[in-house]
Amino acid sequence: MTDFCALTLREAIEVAKKDGAQPVLDAFAKRAAELNPKLNAFLRFDDRIPPTRCDMGTLPLAGVPISIKDNLCIDGREVTCASKILAKHVPPYDATVITKLKTAGATLFGQCNMDEFAFGSSCETSAFGPCKNPWDLSRVPGGSSGGSAASVAADMTLAALGSDTGGSIRQPAALCGVVGVKPTYGRVSRYGLIAFGSSFDQIGPITKTVEDSAILLNILCGHDSKDSTSSPEKVPDFTQALKRDVKGLRIGLPKEYFIAGIDPEVEKSVRAAAEIYKKLGAEIKTISLPHTEHSVAVYYIVAVAEASSNLGRFDGVEYGLRVPSKDLREMYFETRDQGFGQEAKRRILLGTFVLSAGYYEAYYLKGQKVRTLIRQDFEKAFKEVDVILSPTSPTPAFKIGEKAADPIAMYLSDIFTIPANLAGIPAMSIPCGFTSGGLPIGMQLMARPFDESTMLRAAYAFEQEVGVYKKKPAL
Amino acid sequence: MNYEPVIGLEVHVQLKTKSKLFCSCSTEFGAEGNSHTCPVCLGWPGSLPVLNELALKLGIKVGLALNCKVAERLKFDRKNYFYPDLPKAYQISQFDMPVNGKGELLIETKTADGKMIERKIGVTRAHLEEDAGKLLHEGIMDGSLVDYNRGGIPLLEIVSEPDLRSPQEAYDYLTALKAILQYVEVSDCDMEKGSLRCDANVSVRPVGQEKFGTKVEIKNLNSFKMVQKAIQYEIERQTEACENGEAIVQETRLWNDVKQTTFSMRSKEEAHDYRYFPEPDLVPFTLSREAVEELRKTLPELPRERAKRFIQEFGLSDYDAYVLVQEKKIAEYFESCIREGANAKLASNWIQNELLSLLNAKNNTIEDCLVSPHALAGLIRLVEQGTISGKSAKEVLQEMAATGKAADGIVKEKGLVQVSDTGLIEKAVEKAIAANPTAVAEFKAGKQKALGAIVGMVMKETGGKANPKVVNEILCQKLK
Repeated sequence: MTDFCALTLREAIEVAKKDGAQPVLDAFAKRAAELNPKLNAFLRFDDRIPPTRCDMGTLPLAGVPISIKDNLCIDGREVTCASKILAKHVPPYDATVITKLKTAGATLFGQCNMDEFAFGSSCETSAFGPCKNPWDLSRVPGGSSGGSAASVAADMTLAALGSDTGGSIRQPAALCGVVGVKPTYGRVSRYGLIAFGSSFDQIGPITKTVEDSAILLNILCGHDSKDSTSSPEKVPDFTQALKRDVKGLRIGLPKEYFIAGIDPEVEKSVRAAAEIYKKLGAEIKTISLPHTEHSVAVYYIVAVAEASSNLGRFDGVEYGLRVPSKDLREMYFETRDQGFGQEAKRRILLGTFVLSAGYYEAYYLKGQKVRTLIRQDFEKAFKEVDVILSPTSPTPAFKIGEKAADPIAMYLSDIFTIPANLAGIPAMSIPCGFTSGGLPIGMQLMARPFDESTMLRAAYAFEQEVGVYKKKPAL
Repeated sequence: MNYEPVIGLEVHVQLKTKSKLFCSCSTEFGAEGNSHTCPVCLGWPGSLPVLNELALKLGIKVGLALNCKVAERLKFDRKNYFYPDLPKAYQISQFDMPVNGKGELLIETKTADGKMIERKIGVTRAHLEEDAGKLLHEGIMDGSLVDYNRGGIPLLEIVSEPDLRSPQEAYDYLTALKAILQYVEVSDCDMEKGSLRCDANVSVRPVGQEKFGTKVEIKNLNSFKMVQKAIQYEIERQTEACENGEAIVQETRLWNDVKQTTFSMRSKEEAHDYRYFPEPDLVPFTLSREAVEELRKTLPELPRERAKRFIQEFGLSDYDAYVLVQEKKIAEYFESCIREGANAKLASNWIQNELLSLLNAKNNTIEDCLVSPHALAGLIRLVEQGTISGKSAKEVLQEMAATGKAADGIVKEKGLVQVSDTGLIEKAVEKAIAANPTAVAEFKAGKQKALGAIVGMVMKETGGKANPKVVNEILCQKLK
């Protein structure tokens, strides 16, 4: 009998088109019920196919289960951002990506655990308990889209949506040994994504294979009149891009990404990947992105500034938690004190501070200037190369609790992923090997704005050559 | 020491669009609470704003009418503060790059000694922002309710330079500004419905001193008269404080219309730090000069131009012209009367002195008026031709306003046609002279008043229809 859960998205769609989606859904429902108590990857899951969709088989996704990070609005379903302040919150509308998935015939399956409001790199700040790494239950799956990555890695879902503000798709994908794509800023509509850093946030797929990501990107990308920051840029068929090889492709290795503090096994694995590309006919060049070292600092100024403003609306007035109090002021204080976790409070405070009168110029404005410099670094680099290759995360999955008390150490785990968000360029992580201890290692590919095709092509060529993705965690 | 006031006004005007500034919800006034709302204007998590282009166009048109420098690059900012009427905890507004930069407004105003003068009042900026919801406290026992129907309605905030020097000037500035907004057809400018709101910044300084005094902001001003009164009160309060050597505290004060005083709402220390920063959900964009020039072409004749034309074309006095143009609909009504053949000066008088007071008494506007310009022109013609007396005409106008009937019909119906037949009048005059020898004698002895008794009898004799002018002429002839 086929193990439906082990199928890739493409394979499952073929099965569902032939035999209907129900057997596939049943298999995932069973596996999710079995594994979720161990992993806590889903905050909730629901595999009921809406009865009106009898035409499922003719639709691109044919009714197969896709899981959704819990910061994407689904009409009529609870969506919490893994925060107490939004517990029991039921949005009255669908995010644009949800509408697109529904139209394409997806069954919205699990709603994935995450760091509270996407603030974190370990999934530990979830108000509903940490999610665990399927490769080692004592380790974090990464974050903030930890539940999305863990559920895909554990075959609890065929694919999942995540969101990426500073690496929140790519870093957990790397730590869980799956594929995660952050498209160009503006490629995918943010309408219905509960905002963290509005000028950074992008929604993207987390999948088992590069091809699966291309299939989902075809559905997710495109201009949306409801999102003024979404781009009118034409969307190519990303699955077609995979057919070309990488002969003559110029791949850059940024020297600033191979620094002290990077895990030697991670570095070795990524350098080996470069050799494989060489073998495949690509040209490898060392490049420089000189302002990389400022990325984390700039990000923690500009993104938290936006976050502090975006989270103002959680004030107990209209929706979510309200702590009854004697007057309005106290209601605000109590609701926000009890509703937000530590990391959310830290970022709200930081963001409020950097926007305050007298500090705005020194922090926010300067941060924006450095952001421009970082963007220019990439513009220059992409004159020399077509794709940039780097580690996704400086380390493999770390232990639960290891960095929880040290926010700076935690922030540094996004050091390689943040620059792409600052510049708005597309970036992705694919598995490139394992540590001697059996933990997955991910490598990052970055490309020019709106050139996801070249990035996916490079990723696919490597994946097909090496086949790392075929290895599964023992659960 | 003599003190002079320095006044600046901030006017918020709702732009007359069908849908809100960042979503497609209706802007209709008076709908059931929270019925014109959606995830965007309710600030639901995940929702995003999309700019209403019509609102932008209306905003630019106002800027052009105020001779503002229209921005080349458009950007929005977030103004962050917590209040239940602000669902996102920030208002999308414009901070350092307003759509309309510096401009000016020429106003006609009266000096203390009653002279009409022209003053140029600087406009600092006019920017777009979204309105907040409305808190309802009345009749609610425990807490308050919020109605977000108003939330997200487009507002243009027009900020004046501190160029105004008296409550009267402030009043005249508001009148002139309202006229422009109505001419450009961007707003209803109805203070009662809140589609026009005004805050005043007031300070005083010793005459001759260049440096401004400490300013106080006054809010809760619900009519132009209130603005005028509150400023007057505030000038007196501050002047008195200065004379007593007290320092003025920088603060926001509210006008209490019952007590006719202002009182402190919050001090400068309690003022919000709004933490403005660029709205990341709306990308900055360039306004093409061609598009701005296209909008300029759509501007109608503005009140001042129209007043100048009335003076030139129709020979109206400055005063009459400026009064007539203040309300666009009245100016249009006036012009229609002239097109219907009415004498301009008479039409101006009849509209200003009679028609408007009739309408005001019933709280009607010119749009509700049952007297068409054609009908008023007809009435004026009857007076001009001497068919009816001015006195009867007022009576006829009342009837016209009440029933919508034409003047000649009413005149016939009521038998108000003046008798100008000299033969008939002569007979009546002779009869009256014969019957009043005493009065005649008195008149001849130099007592002008004595004539009244004779005229009275003539009128009685003719049923009040004799043309008084003709009666007088004949009487004078006979008694010579």
